[in-house]
Amino acid sequence: MPNVSDALVQARGLRKRFGSFEAVRGIDVDVARGEVFGFLGPNGAGKSSTMRMIACVSPRTEGSLQVLGMDPGSDGPRIRARIGVVPQLDNLDAELSVRENLEIYGRYFGLSRRHVRAKAAELLEFAQLAERAGDPVEPLSGGMKRRLTIARSLVNDPELLLLDEPTTGLDPQARHLLWDRLYRLKRDGVTQIITTHYMDEAEQLCDRLVVMDGGVIVAEGSPTELIERYSTREVLELRFTPEARPEAGVLEPLVDRVEELPDRFLLYTADGERAQAELARAGLTPLSALVRRSSLEDVFLRLTGRTLVD
Amino acid sequence: MALVEVPARPAPDAPGRLRGALIVAEHHWTWYRRNWRATVVSSVLQPLLFLLAFGVGFGALVDGTGRAATATGGVDYLVWLAPALLAMSAVQTAAFESTYPVLSGFKWQRGYHAMAATPLTGAQIAVGHLGWIGAKMFASGAIYVAVIALFGGVQSVGIVVSLLVATLAGMSVASLVMWFAATVENEGSAFSALFRFVVIPMTLFSGTFFPIDRLPVLVQPVAWVSPLWHATELARSAALDAWRPVAAAGHLAHLLVLLAVGTLLVTRRFARRLAP
Repeated sequence: MPNVSDALVQARGLRKRFGSFEAVRGIDVDVARGEVFGFLGPNGAGKSSTMRMIACVSPRTEGSLQVLGMDPGSDGPRIRARIGVVPQLDNLDAELSVRENLEIYGRYFGLSRRHVRAKAAELLEFAQLAERAGDPVEPLSGGMKRRLTIARSLVNDPELLLLDEPTTGLDPQARHLLWDRLYRLKRDGVTQIITTHYMDEAEQLCDRLVVMDGGVIVAEGSPTELIERYSTREVLELRFTPEARPEAGVLEPLVDRVEELPDRFLLYTADGERAQAELARAGLTPLSALVRRSSLEDVFLRLTGRTLVD
Repeated sequence: MALVEVPARPAPDAPGRLRGALIVAEHHWTWYRRNWRATVVSSVLQPLLFLLAFGVGFGALVDGTGRAATATGGVDYLVWLAPALLAMSAVQTAAFESTYPVLSGFKWQRGYHAMAATPLTGAQIAVGHLGWIGAKMFASGAIYVAVIALFGGVQSVGIVVSLLVATLAGMSVASLVMWFAATVENEGSAFSALFRFVVIPMTLFSGTFFPIDRLPVLVQPVAWVSPLWHATELARSAALDAWRPVAAAGHLAHLLVLLAVGTLLVTRRFARRLAP
């Protein structure tokens, strides 16, 4: 029996099969109380299947899983009573008002009408939707619907919040507003598990994350650790005209590592400026050259040989 | 702003079985309170048109003499028809309420998935929706009875039993249709086939407008499996105070068994589809 106060989620050898397709192929995960934990990976990596098992809406095929110290197989309703879920696809009641959506959802948890009324008022403030409280959900913007879905997931004061691609499809402004709300929740001590295929989102929000690909975990650590372990400090991005495009082999001696993408080269090095100067000395003239810090995108590329968002 | 303004509540736990189903029904009621205008046509107006066309209009031609009198047992055609119309309208409403709204819960609005993420179980979600359909049928049936009474179609208080029978039949049909709807992945032609080949023939040949002994002998057994025929026989004996205890027990048992089987199927199907 793990220490319940430490591990909110503990998975060992967790697998999920749908017919002959194995979506999750044996993963170990530990999520500690208070942390923001991320599942990062491309579409089809097994992130959502894992989340659905943790959310107790999809039975596991194999392995062990404990959520809040209980077994989702036998204690599903009791676990779900204490977690909040933000699904990938919005499933708000389009014909009900913003406030009614919060209140009725609170009732699903068996909360009293009095309690959900007060709670809804509080959450409307939190989600900056108080002015739209009486409006139907249908005409709201994507960002507002997302905020409402997050507010709804908090109606039972969950100990653990599961967010499946919370900002997919939102514009940058809406994303930042959402990140700010998630940051506040973290400050209030709400443990969060987030899936995303956005590197910047994972870097912004997650204390710790695992990179998934093809149903397995390929790396684990904090964003900084992962970058240190799998990438260099800086990256030099080069674009060439098709005629002037050199072979990757020509660039390799200049830096630690070269990734060749359809539209550009990524040169991994501790010092991007110096690599750029050497490039000039070698007589290579790119169309454009950009020096930037390494990101999780580079970690992913290194680990899987693919970019995250095609 | 910290999330501390609302006082903490006792450690949360999942609502009990029945309570969970009632909460699901409460959701449908919340929705209905806002959107009742959209459904009032099918649940109240349509049965009224049937009543006017067949009971009042057509009924005037069936003057209660000769063969008609033999069939109706001597009462007005409207009085004879009223309990059957009640059952027919319940079954029609039931079939409609358990097709598109169910598929929407899984596919379009995905409200069932929202519920399944909370302590509610697939079985509670199914039973809650079924219960709501029953409550709604009972309420619109009660309005129907009042209107029929205004036209002089009610002979005894037995019509209240007819209303209960109609509600039971509606729920039996609803439980089976909900099960069917929960197996449907896409709208396709499944529902129109259901209405065309099951619901409409059932409403025409279940003894609503004429006794089934008017049907060809070979077709009569089809009526015997129709829940609407059992409901019609039962509702009519109640309204006309013409009880035949053994037959009544058989009809009631048929409807109860259907409801039990349907409930078992639909709860299992919902649980599986919501937790693949």
